[in-house]
Amino acid sequence: MTTTALITVGSGRSRGLRGASGKQLVYVAIGVVLLVVMLFPVYWMINASLQPSGNTLSAGLFPTNPSWAGYEKAISDQGHNLITSLIVSAGAVIVSLGIAAPAAYALAQFRYRWITGALLAILIAQMIPGIVIANALYAAYNDLGLLNTYVGLIVADASHSVPFAIIVMRAFMQNIHPSILEAARVDGAGQFRTFWSIALPVSKNAIITAGLFAFLFAWSDFLFALTLTTTSDIRPVTLGIYQYLGTQVSNWSAVMATAVLSSLPAIILLLIAQKYIAAGAMGGSVK
Amino acid sequence: MTAETIRRPARRRIRRDDVAKLLFVVPAAIYILLFFGYPIVKNLTMSFQDYTTKTFFTGEAPWVGISNYVTAITSSLFGPALLNTALFTAGSLVGQFVIGLGLALFFQKKFPLSTIMRALLLLPWLLPLIVASATWRSILDQDSGILNRFLGVFGVDPVPWLSSPDHALIAVIIVNIWVGIPFNVTLLYGGLQDIPEELYEAASLDGATGWKAFWHITLPNLRGVIGVTLVLGVVYTLKVLDVILGLTGGGPANATQTIAIRSYQTSFVDFEFGVGAAFSNILILISLVFAIVYLRSTRKPVDE
Repeated sequence: MTTTALITVGSGRSRGLRGASGKQLVYVAIGVVLLVVMLFPVYWMINASLQPSGNTLSAGLFPTNPSWAGYEKAISDQGHNLITSLIVSAGAVIVSLGIAAPAAYALAQFRYRWITGALLAILIAQMIPGIVIANALYAAYNDLGLLNTYVGLIVADASHSVPFAIIVMRAFMQNIHPSILEAARVDGAGQFRTFWSIALPVSKNAIITAGLFAFLFAWSDFLFALTLTTTSDIRPVTLGIYQYLGTQVSNWSAVMATAVLSSLPAIILLLIAQKYIAAGAMGGSVK
Repeated sequence: MTAETIRRPARRRIRRDDVAKLLFVVPAAIYILLFFGYPIVKNLTMSFQDYTTKTFFTGEAPWVGISNYVTAITSSLFGPALLNTALFTAGSLVGQFVIGLGLALFFQKKFPLSTIMRALLLLPWLLPLIVASATWRSILDQDSGILNRFLGVFGVDPVPWLSSPDHALIAVIIVNIWVGIPFNVTLLYGGLQDIPEELYEAASLDGATGWKAFWHITLPNLRGVIGVTLVLGVVYTLKVLDVILGLTGGGPANATQTIAIRSYQTSFVDFEFGVGAAFSNILILISLVFAIVYLRSTRKPVDE
């Protein structure tokens, strides 16, 4: 169901405003209003982050007197956590792609009788509540000494994206014509060479999409941060925000500044890598 | 003789090739077994054991039969949590779906900038959920939150969104609807795009446009996608933790306790891992029912 749409989403180019009919301009206006309503909370977060410390909540509609105090506090409190999030998310991308890309290729190109079964297992895996995984991992990590480690968080966070990455990349790799793979095989390339130097370069777009989402999923992770870390040494920023919220919130501008900083990956990727995000959203709906 | 000599090396090469091919799926298979298979089994065994913090020191987790399930189900919070789970899921789903379908239908119209607008609409879904919680907590603040200030313009008294047990569940549902709208728009928009234009053209010849076309062309053709959207919505809403923990932590006065929150708090606040596992298995059981419905509905197009 998601496979066909995956390829076509985002390919439609919208024309400029010039040459639009009156009716179309009305639609544009309605669209802008809908967007303003939907994205108001995001605007409000940015607005609140720029208010002087203290009574941020009574902020005006616009940051007429922008103050960076919230950001200064956020960076001094949470800068370390932001870097932790960055390391963990980058690690999760590598683990996730390293595991998912070969599997996606195999499920797309090799003929196995059990492929339907494997895909079913992947779909079901995505539906397992995170708390179930956290429950079991906590006990296992405790025995293995993996609590409060980067490795522990990275491999756990990869669970947010491995099934998704397999599905997205497989959908794409199914469209690689077997003849170009066979041509490489005839030239004497082994399975790994064929995969590495033919299939992977051809699938670049799908790999970027899967990688971006692996990053965003790990960056957004809250559950594993909450359950698999017990000290402040390795604390992703999502947990940092939660702890800001847990105590009576005294400094809203710092909370909101941290929230803005934690939103940057999503906002930046949506602006510069819109094509990949739109493509992934369709396959990612099975997140 | 010739046949033998030719076939033997060939067969060996094929065998090595088979091993190479299998190596492609081995890492994923191991990973899925460890991070999805093992947790399910571990939760199942834990739920029949007296598994607490003590277990981590002594290594002992005596078998206790179904007593964890009895504890979970007879606990005073089980009934309310189950009811809240149902209300939270149903409320979120109805809101997300109706608004999502409306937006998807709107964006089906061809107008400039619609592609970029649709992309920007994804933002609430891409943000970390805890960011959404933090932002909405400030918006919903009773005394000086912008929502109450806005409502105040129309003479509405300040609503204690997050601090009153009567309003908290509605508040977390509103936030979860906001988070879930992009997901619904994306799926439903994709489904709408797949309906052939000719169907509408043929219908308009018969005089069916507007609402008539929606009822007789759009809805019937969208049925499969609607089913998938709703079932996935249920499965993903059942396991929501971040939104509720960030907004209310299950309070006030347990007004936003759900089965997922119960599972988390029993395991990681009370450190009763056995009972927590029992809660999460109940959650799995509920999800499983909907997962089966989902798999049935997605299977059909594959068979065709």
